[in-house]
Amino acid sequence: MFEFSEEAIKRYSRHILLPEVGGTGQQRINEARVLLVGAGGLGAPAAYYLAAAGVGTLGVVDGDTVELSNLQRQIIHSMADLGKNKGQSARETIEGLNTDVRVVTHQERLTSKNIFPILKDYDVVMDGTDNFPTRYLVNDACVLSGKPLSTGAVFRFHGQVMTIIPGEGPCYRCLFREPPPPGMTASCEEAGVLGVLPGMIGILQATEILKIILNEGSLLKGRLLSYEALEMEFRTIKVRRDPECPVCGDHPTIKELIDYEEFCRVNF
Amino acid sequence: MSDEIKIDKEINIKGEVCPYTFVKTKLALEAMKAGQVLKVIVDHLPATENVPRTLKSEGNEILEVSRINEGDWQIITRKGNR
Repeated sequence: MFEFSEEAIKRYSRHILLPEVGGTGQQRINEARVLLVGAGGLGAPAAYYLAAAGVGTLGVVDGDTVELSNLQRQIIHSMADLGKNKGQSARETIEGLNTDVRVVTHQERLTSKNIFPILKDYDVVMDGTDNFPTRYLVNDACVLSGKPLSTGAVFRFHGQVMTIIPGEGPCYRCLFREPPPPGMTASCEEAGVLGVLPGMIGILQATEILKIILNEGSLLKGRLLSYEALEMEFRTIKVRRDPECPVCGDHPTIKELIDYEEFCRVNF
Repeated sequence: MSDEIKIDKEINIKGEVCPYTFVKTKLALEAMKAGQVLKVIVDHLPATENVPRTLKSEGNEILEVSRINEGDWQIITRKGNR
């Protein structure tokens, strides 16, 4: 028998009504532990919807503070949060939305030293990071520890999403083996983004995370979803696991995590 | 007819309206085994049509829908395999 309170039955009724969710699925959501790497453009909308869905534990890794330039897209933060740590700000917003959710803040930058101790308390990871060193670190750590990962990125009017299930499909390095060299990526001044774009991509990531929790539907496993907002076009591109991949290939060379040097802090 | 049917579980959800009548019926059924029989007591008239219709569309069998007194109805369903 389910132990939903009367309030929970009302709050989650639109989930429970779905044959693919039901009481069983909602209970899985309520027991799930999701780690969000970044509470920025991608993490903010994802955190908001995952909290509304009733995800039991939401971990938020972010060492940054809320700035005015974030509010154009990072909808979990508001004017009153300026100067606060982003995880703390996200927690306060979520407390006003759904007290079923426990928010754990990790107010630091992920490194090869702290990532495994943080990851071990979570079932699924969402990469909403704004920099390549962390993106590769999260990919490698998830592959090495077998954690499902949703990875997403945005730039100007373009966004992309992929779901990585270690052992079942390609990882981020199968797609882009190494971080781009410094100077090859857009400078901070060039890196504008349409505010709604990360909302779109972050919510696609949140959708994948809920499907992983529910074990329903077809994931973006081995498929990169690419979105062009200006043309309003979605495309999926097949991605195969690379047998030569340095982290998930047949003869992996990366067995320990790498802290790449930071070359540009693009603030998505 | 209901005298002959073995009821495995009964819920009284009088006071509930749609869609919570179905939500609570579904939660009760989910915790039961395929083939078991659930009796649901409601006092919200639209539920006597809506609940059986949705139960059927989700693969359950409707054994009986009947009025049991002035303002109450019973819906008896057998859980399907889905």
